[in-house]
Amino acid sequence: MKTDLTVDTKGMACPMPIVKAKKALDSLQSGQVMEVLSTDKGSINDFQAWVKQTKHELLSYEEDNGIYKFYVRKI
Amino acid sequence: MAEKTTIVLFSGDLDKAIAAFIIANGAAAYDHEVTIFFTFWGLNTLRKDEVVKTRKGPLEKAFGWMMPRGARKLGLSKMNFGGLGPQMIKHVMKKHNALSLPQLIELAQEQGVKLVACTMTMDLLGLQKEELIDGLEYAGVAAYLGDAVDAKVNLFI
Repeated sequence: MKTDLTVDTKGMACPMPIVKAKKALDSLQSGQVMEVLSTDKGSINDFQAWVKQTKHELLSYEEDNGIYKFYVRKI
Repeated sequence: MAEKTTIVLFSGDLDKAIAAFIIANGAAAYDHEVTIFFTFWGLNTLRKDEVVKTRKGPLEKAFGWMMPRGARKLGLSKMNFGGLGPQMIKHVMKKHNALSLPQLIELAQEQGVKLVACTMTMDLLGLQKEELIDGLEYAGVAAYLGDAVDAKVNLFI
């Protein structure tokens, strides 16, 4: 997937993945896509909730070898 | 209008303060306007760790010496073991890459979380503005309720 920005939060604990993602999203233009990498086991639930509440779009997510990848489009 | 979250931090326990600041930072990442209102023992979280010269009566002085001086000195609500418990928790937090309480406070300030010290309980505990960290607001219950009434998340910790 074509992304405009990658945010690497691997190894970081709650609440840092969301905090870093929020800061990164603030720097994007509407329509741009951000990729977030995380190793936090709670992050699937966290990102789904966060994207829904902040009214952005979670395009897809996947888990690969303990690394979670989230693709978020800024609305 | 932005959503709001408020937290009353009444407790001066390290574990509860960490929980409060993690929720506050999470809420800030949700673009909420976040207020933490510090009252009673929670005020100790905001103390500077150095001794600040102030003019106080003997009772206020005694309180000042008996209470923990800042976020680094707080004890645990369970398993404190005379100060050994907090060292253990700090060790495992580091191991798991969790932010320390001082780092969480700094992050909260950076994210624009409003930290409000309760002036009435500051008087009771003999704490003065000079003894608390910079960047605080000072207010009472009316200001807290003013924020809480518009907020969907209001926690008392």
